[in-house]
Amino acid sequence: MNIDSQTDEFRHVQTAHCENGVTTALLRYHGMDFMTEPLAFGMGSGLFYIQIPFLTVNNGPAISFRTMPGAIFKRTCKSLGVDVTRKKFSNVAAAEAFLDHKVREGVPVGCQVGVFHLTYFPKEYRFHFNAHNLIVFGQEDSNYLISDPVMEDVTTLSKSDLSRVRFAQGPLAPKGHIYFPERVKPVTDDVIRKGIVKGIRRNVRDMLKIPGNFAGVDGIRHTAGHIRKWRDKLGLKKASLYLGQIVRMQEEIGTGGGGFRFLYGAFLEEASAYMQDERLSVISEDFTKAGDMWRASAIKMAGVYKGRLTEQKDFDEIADMLIDIRAVEKEAFQKLSRLNLGN
Amino acid sequence: MKKEDLPQDPGALDKFTREVCYVKNAEGKYETALSRGWEVKKQALDSAWDDVNERIEEARKAVAGGEKSPIHYFMELRLMDLPVLSGYTGFFPFFIKRHLKPSVFKGLSDRKLEKYAAAFDVTLHELKNFKG
Repeated sequence: MNIDSQTDEFRHVQTAHCENGVTTALLRYHGMDFMTEPLAFGMGSGLFYIQIPFLTVNNGPAISFRTMPGAIFKRTCKSLGVDVTRKKFSNVAAAEAFLDHKVREGVPVGCQVGVFHLTYFPKEYRFHFNAHNLIVFGQEDSNYLISDPVMEDVTTLSKSDLSRVRFAQGPLAPKGHIYFPERVKPVTDDVIRKGIVKGIRRNVRDMLKIPGNFAGVDGIRHTAGHIRKWRDKLGLKKASLYLGQIVRMQEEIGTGGGGFRFLYGAFLEEASAYMQDERLSVISEDFTKAGDMWRASAIKMAGVYKGRLTEQKDFDEIADMLIDIRAVEKEAFQKLSRLNLGN
Repeated sequence: MKKEDLPQDPGALDKFTREVCYVKNAEGKYETALSRGWEVKKQALDSAWDDVNERIEEARKAVAGGEKSPIHYFMELRLMDLPVLSGYTGFFPFFIKRHLKPSVFKGLSDRKLEKYAAAFDVTLHELKNFKG
């Protein structure tokens, strides 16, 4: 869908991940031309791994390769000294009125939405997932102009369609959540460097020091342990579906490939230029390697859900691949934690 | 992943958009590239949908056989689980589970059924008269 009448000021940015994209596009709109998706992701300490215990999503394991929804935008804005306004609503009419008010002011705003009723998505992708993000940047006739960061082009939604996705229900219900940066001050390279260091440190903490065994690098081992048992415990069919779910969380649109690991590699490469520190771009290679290993494990898992691999030893081999990935990521984060980045 | 290794396997996204991926270019630097999809994840999505369709068919049979109420069928059809349906209707999961029984379903008021119908995007008539 091509719409030529984009407002002069707002430029659509296509990114791998929706929240990075909203962060990048909104901050660029406010004059931060240096902002890129990897930088937003890294400053926001976006990389993570967790298998949430006792929870199933779409009849599969609840696994995430990224930090919790909303955190990237919040942390990145905070590091850059940007004030953020957010609002949630219990009342649909109030949510619509507030959005219309911002649109009339000509301010692009981020909205959290559910994808199940998102009309411009292909049907195959419309599950009940409520932490998608898009930007509303104007109005044309009765339709809102929408910049969805995972899409190549801008699109539109009618008032009722937009309200419907803003008030999707279920876990992480958006409740009309709307957010936008305010009072953006000019940012020096020094502030960016501080933000990078803070982002890396927090990510090291999240991946290495988080308590419990189901999150951070240890979470990968936790999942490996589960995979070994799935074939006997769930039966081959359900076990295959579970593996399919891992692959989708890891490789589907929104991840940049390899469970966000390539995106983090790109961040460290960019960070290395800002910090004038070659060591960061060396460690970036470790994340590229981890991403490649995740993709190799996905190919192996696909062998199971395609019905080509059926033995317990195949499940064990997949689990072993995850154990190896954990070792690579653990070492990479340990290297990052040993760097004396100053500040 | 090297840029030349980026898969371009058409999938469900094909008519809608290509997706951004992070790849290494010839100089070993990261850049973004657009992908049409990857067979490995396409098959994961396909098998998830096969499972959904099987569940819908089983639910239809269960309604036809008088074991479950139409709410069970439409719940599967709309890919909902108890927390999601609870969100859309405002009923607690405990009550929804009861409403899945045909005997309880028969006695439900139109006011309650309207809430279910709205959540499922069907008319009250369709919901009440679904026979499987």
